[in-house]
Amino acid sequence: MMGFASPLAAYLLVAAMLFSIGLAGALTRRNAILVLIGIELMLNAANLNFIAFWRYGPHPEALTGMMFAIFSIAVAAAEAAVGLGLVISIYRHAKTTDLDRINRMKG
Amino acid sequence: MSTVFCLIAALTLAGALAAVLLRNTVHCALAVTLAFAGLALLFLRLDAQFAGFAQILIYIGAVAILVVFAILLTRGSEAPASGVFSRTWLAGLLIAAAVFAVLGWSVLQSVRALPFESAVPQVTVHDIGVALVGRYVLALEIVALLLTAATIGAVIVALHEKERAG
Repeated sequence: MMGFASPLAAYLLVAAMLFSIGLAGALTRRNAILVLIGIELMLNAANLNFIAFWRYGPHPEALTGMMFAIFSIAVAAAEAAVGLGLVISIYRHAKTTDLDRINRMKG
Repeated sequence: MSTVFCLIAALTLAGALAAVLLRNTVHCALAVTLAFAGLALLFLRLDAQFAGFAQILIYIGAVAILVVFAILLTRGSEAPASGVFSRTWLAGLLIAAAVFAVLGWSVLQSVRALPFESAVPQVTVHDIGVALVGRYVLALEIVALLLTAATIGAVIVALHEKERAG
């Protein structure tokens, strides 16, 4: 990563790695809470892209990328609250958070 | 890129990897907190002070605590005997690797078109506040409504069963 001409490329690569790690977590874990953690990591990777493009973009004083990241953080917080509420509700019904065993609606 | 950036990036990615790979769910929650802290440091390095501190307050202060509470309420910290990964883990891993290959390839292809080091943007919290109640006031109101609805919705969803039982 030391030889890049543009520092933006390094931030974009870190965000791509973070997104892929979050996606792998969301797709491979059995525990519903850890799937939500994977989704949070993906949202954070997108935020890092927004901030990086805001910092190195042509008009940082317009605050567009910064505002998008701030609203994205707020929406992610709402998503985490509702998602964890749903996980607790599912746990009360099924007595498990194992997504492989929550298959009552499987056709 | 500087050594500091490499250290912060390594810390963030190590936290994210540990959150995805560890067996104990509580350890995963602590590892993801490390990743959130690393991201806040990256935001601060990108001169986005407000977003960096908002990240610390919201993610480390609220989301991580919420995740720990959810783990404790669902007794999810005990790793199941059948393993912590789903039956279809190989397909998930392949999809994630393919997504990373596409993203990394497109970034590396466009390195020459990306802008070089630019001047540090002079943005104060005052500017952000003025923009929030000026140009972005409609989005701010919608987010306020969304957060209210999400708070009420989360409480109702989590309380539902208790109400019927009582």
